[in-house]
Amino acid sequence: MSLVGAPASELLSLMEKGETTAVEVMQAHLDQINQTDDKVDAYLHVDAETALKKAADVDARRKAGESIGPLGGLPIAIKDVLCTKGVPTTCSSRMLENFVPPYDATVMQKLTAADGIMIGKVNMDEFAMGSSTENSAFKKTKNPWNIEHSPGGSSGGSAAAVAAMTAPLSLGSDTGGSIRQPAHFCGVVGMKPTYGRVSRYGLVAFASSLDQVGPFANDVQGAALLLEAIAGHDQLDSTSVPKEVPSYTASLDEPLKGLKIGIVKEHYVEGINEEVEQTVRDAYKVYESLGAELVDISLPNSKYCVAAYYIIAPAEASSNLARYDGVHYGHRAENFDSMIEMYSRSRGEGFGTEVKRRIMLGTYTLSAGYIDAYYLKALRVRRLIRNDFDEAFKKVDVIASPTSPNTAFKIGGLINDPLAMYLEDIYTISANLAGLPGISIPAGISKAGLPIGLQLLAAPFEEEKLLRAARMFEKETGWTSKRPTLN
Amino acid sequence: MSLSQEDVKKVASLSRLALSEKELAQMQEHLGQILDYFEILQEVDTENVEPMAHAIELHNVFREDEIRESLPREEALANAPKTDGKYFLVPEILRQDK
Repeated sequence: MSLVGAPASELLSLMEKGETTAVEVMQAHLDQINQTDDKVDAYLHVDAETALKKAADVDARRKAGESIGPLGGLPIAIKDVLCTKGVPTTCSSRMLENFVPPYDATVMQKLTAADGIMIGKVNMDEFAMGSSTENSAFKKTKNPWNIEHSPGGSSGGSAAAVAAMTAPLSLGSDTGGSIRQPAHFCGVVGMKPTYGRVSRYGLVAFASSLDQVGPFANDVQGAALLLEAIAGHDQLDSTSVPKEVPSYTASLDEPLKGLKIGIVKEHYVEGINEEVEQTVRDAYKVYESLGAELVDISLPNSKYCVAAYYIIAPAEASSNLARYDGVHYGHRAENFDSMIEMYSRSRGEGFGTEVKRRIMLGTYTLSAGYIDAYYLKALRVRRLIRNDFDEAFKKVDVIASPTSPNTAFKIGGLINDPLAMYLEDIYTISANLAGLPGISIPAGISKAGLPIGLQLLAAPFEEEKLLRAARMFEKETGWTSKRPTLN
Repeated sequence: MSLSQEDVKKVASLSRLALSEKELAQMQEHLGQILDYFEILQEVDTENVEPMAHAIELHNVFREDEIRESLPREEALANAPKTDGKYFLVPEILRQDK
């Protein structure tokens, strides 16, 4: 059988049985990068030598009978927003083109401790701002199912890497849907944990009250495995929550009895693609056939999510990105007459259009005379959105919906219409505003051959429930085993 | 809500972003559209609703005040655009002759 495209659990079991080695697994995925990435363009940085050396080390320890971490030598692609010691971390921005972090993000330390091996750093929308990965300063990643289409974003490289079978697992970050939407576009599993479940230390900040690191995988088990490895409290992130991490993999295969699935009436209005809607409605039937109860619920403030988000996220971004001043690290302009001019020229040259737009938007809504009408108003609406979910989760275990209103759009299709691009995030954004965990799992393929995902949301810290519900669907339908044909 | 060219220039200056004329014009159009869209929030009654800055609200997070190793100077300066090996160098801010 082929090592590429195999789920993490299968690769681990083959390695444990001695039927393959971590080096063979790594080499097979590096070969797959060589064969596919000139078309897919997911990777920004690959260090084959180091990856193979680490794999050989895992093999040697396994052979010597030493205990091996749960990620057992698996290749993992890393979104270029996570600081990796000694390895370039660009955030797909000219601003950080030459930045080499002097330290590892906490999730990278955890990954290494669990014997996961970074196969490469992958492309993204610049500073994670965007829904198509077209905002990268370096290259446009393509959707492995059809290279004329976008892989989604901002974690488009992470999703495309798994879909193109160059890694069974990858890490992304999700501020408004940046893991779940590309997972939907690329036909893979992508999960955003509860805010505070995973440390943000070493995750380059976009919007600090919304950002979370999370896993991509080619099946639900892989997502559970990787989440288990990276989750947990971190002294270096004061917003990480001191709460024990359950074993997500241990309970994964137990179906949920009496599962109540919420269907949000506000979700099915204008603007949703017919095939996407039908796929999600079919998924409801699958759950019903598994004994779940479908419950109609209402999230009355959901139509305000996009507006609240696009005030809050850029406001936080404008403040976070003030650090790029051309002094300590990052791009510095060559010609300037004063300190202020050095700042503005360095920033004007180093940032791309969407990043500038969001900094401007955030600066405006936070400025004197507007902060009440925009920023504080949005924060009040945010509380109402959270209250809606608190009410809903008294009645249901999970909420099932589309991940995004459309299948993968064409590259170039929305790039000149920022508002239309923002509205693509309508189903994903509320989970970030409310801090909830969410997952997108493959649930169908459109007539045009593009994947369609199903999004499940749960109450804070109910990742276990979410993963078990996702696993039930996967087991019944088998959609996660579909792979694109890469020619 | 429309933004004037002056508004856009002021925001660019507050943002410390040097923008070309073309960029300013495009910003003016796009920011105007986006701000218009934000008007939808005015429908929502938020009287007596507290702003929510974080969805998972933790309070008074403390840790032990321990001495830890810090980044060696060399590593801290390794990414600096301009350095003399001891400091981050910036353009002159105060002039003696003025």
